[in-house]
Amino acid sequence: MKAIEFKNVSFSYGSGTFALKNIDFAVEEGEFVAVLGHNGSGKSTLARLSNGLLEADGGEVCVFGLPVSERKNLFEIRKNVGIVFQNPDNQMVASIVEDDIAFGAENIGVPREEIGERISFALGAVGMEEYRHATPTRLSGGQKQRIAIAGVLAIRPKVMILDESTAMLDPRGRREVMQVVSRLNKEEGMTVVLITHFMEEALMADRAVVMNRGAIVMEGAPAEIFERHEELETYNLALPRIGYICNRLREGGMAVEDTLDVNKLAEEIAQCVSKRNI
Amino acid sequence: MRIKAEHLSYVYNASSPFATHALNDISLTIEEGEFFGILGHTGSGKSTFVQHLNGLLRVPSSLKKYKPKKLKKGETPPPPTVLQVGAFDLTDKKTDFRELRSRVGMVFQYPEYQLFAETVAQDVAFGLKNFSKEKLTDEAVEKAVRAALEVVGLSYDELKDTSPFDLSGGQKRRVAIAGVIVTRPDVLVLDEPAAGLDPLGKREIMQLLHRLHEEWCKTVVIVSHDMDEIAENCTRAAVFSEGTVKFVLPPSELFRHSEELIALGLDIPLTAKLCLALEKRGVTVDCDFTTEDFIRRTLALNA
Ligand SMILES: Nc1ncnc2c1ncn2[C@@H]1O[C@H](COP(=O)(O)OP(=O)(O)OP(=O)(O)O)[C@@H](O)[C@H]1O
Ligand SMILES: Nc1ncnc2c1ncn2[C@@H]1O[C@H](COP(=O)(O)OP(=O)(O)OP(=O)(O)O)[C@@H](O)[C@H]1O
Ligand SMILES: [Mg+2]
Ligand SMILES: [Mg+2]
Repeated sequence: MKAIEFKNVSFSYGSGTFALKNIDFAVEEGEFVAVLGHNGSGKSTLARLSNGLLEADGGEVCVFGLPVSERKNLFEIRKNVGIVFQNPDNQMVASIVEDDIAFGAENIGVPREEIGERISFALGAVGMEEYRHATPTRLSGGQKQRIAIAGVLAIRPKVMILDESTAMLDPRGRREVMQVVSRLNKEEGMTVVLITHFMEEALMADRAVVMNRGAIVMEGAPAEIFERHEELETYNLALPRIGYICNRLREGGMAVEDTLDVNKLAEEIAQCVSKRNI
Repeated sequence: MRIKAEHLSYVYNASSPFATHALNDISLTIEEGEFFGILGHTGSGKSTFVQHLNGLLRVPSSLKKYKPKKLKKGETPPPPTVLQVGAFDLTDKKTDFRELRSRVGMVFQYPEYQLFAETVAQDVAFGLKNFSKEKLTDEAVEKAVRAALEVVGLSYDELKDTSPFDLSGGQKRRVAIAGVIVTRPDVLVLDEPAAGLDPLGKREIMQLLHRLHEEWCKTVVIVSHDMDEIAENCTRAAVFSEGTVKFVLPPSELFRHSEELIALGLDIPLTAKLCLALEKRGVTVDCDFTTEDFIRRTLALNA
């Protein structure tokens, strides 16, 4: 079953130019898809169309087969598709963390008895249990971001869309969130759409798509996409630093192969160097 | 302007049961001319510290209502808090904090969310008018706005009447930075200036900050979670952890402490990861952890 399906979808914010044009895109239930693309390429627009926050100007968006354009489907769709947005400041509604998290769950009709449990699960997942009774506006940037993620986790959506939700987290926080998301994907079959600029995160996905000026221009296994760097550069995406180092070492006469893996590259360098020293 | 903090502490909601000790007796000096990095885990006090630098958060002794606690017999007084930015004494309530704010520019996380005016030119001009003591002529405003937009790499003539909302993410961020540097501050502080930008946008913003550092603001301070960014760009960096400062070192020395940094929940730059992995294989690359130096020294081993 397709969790999300875009059929020839176009969208404009009204300024004449299209933020998305003629997009065909599908995410299978249980899949983990990374969405890459330069700033303004249409990634957030794609996310907002996926749960009916925006409505397509042309074509059709369906979530588990239900067209998003039909109002009667919206409740069901919002229950199934949870989105964590880029800026956590706009996502806090309540003055106490646990109420903020309960809000989303209550909205989709989670029974009272279950809410406490969901809050504990969600706060545990992002390592913020001790902030249960804190005030969201009095948290650091990264702490707010974690609460926003917990709010969506508490809904237990079938599909979770993370729109650069880890951009403000420290490296450990990023790893922890990615572990939770990845576990929910593997063990509980949650479908994940991850919008990101971080290569290490995208590498965790089953499949990656690259957007450029409102269109999907590349698609494939993440590692394979990062190896097509000349193409990536034409879409304004730079080669990951490790790929750049591989290139430069080779240009300098060291026979290393392209890799995105630190240990592999170290192994190759070590071999080249030891050959020299024999 | 030199930034000097000694024995600086900060508690949010001090007299309530929810008190948070965000800074615990930190001491840190940032020399004029540095490109200084501040890193540390979520909630370690980075934003709290930098918000002191332009008086958004005040040292308790600079507040009218502040009364130091009475000492009991035999108790030694706590060491005095020092917080100076150039000639401004931030512990003194008589300091002209408005003047300070025009000398210390502050760019917050995701500054583009704070753009609000109808046009790019108005948005940038706002910062200038807000700080200037006397009324500026239209020509003076235009001249300053034009210069600020140009130094951030945007064309005044093309964009002045554009709505900030019609710009790309990277452009919006540049406008937000222009709105801060338009007063020509001596010190520019940026909280995660490259977060959320695509890889090219990140590179361009860092180039922009170097240009500003050379031509426009003597001292630049960035808060960042991106270790590659710190390794490539900073003269020195301070590592915050739980409201204290653990290290203040140039990147070339800081990332020799890779294991300790990892234990603090931090990452290390790619070059440091490669050096560690090579070390395990008996190869030592003695580099300063910039990408270029790593490549040069690795190739030298192969020569
Ligand atoms: N609310 C809005 N009103 C008008 N135009 C908008 C709005 N939001 C986005 N746009 C425009 O639509 C296009 C796509 O924007 P979108 O936010 O989807 O990009 P993105 O890929 O998410 O970028 P980023 O990486 O910066 O978040 C851009 O040209 C942007 O300027
Ligand atoms: N307005 C506030 N009221 C109360 N406590 C606060 C407030 N702002 C921050 N804190 C608390 O102070 C501590 C330090 O927060 P600060 O914002 O300085 O962290 P940070 O290092 O900038 O983190 P991040 O990387 O997540 O932005 C945290 O424990 C945080 O919860
Ligand atoms: Mg976006
Ligand atoms: Mg912060």
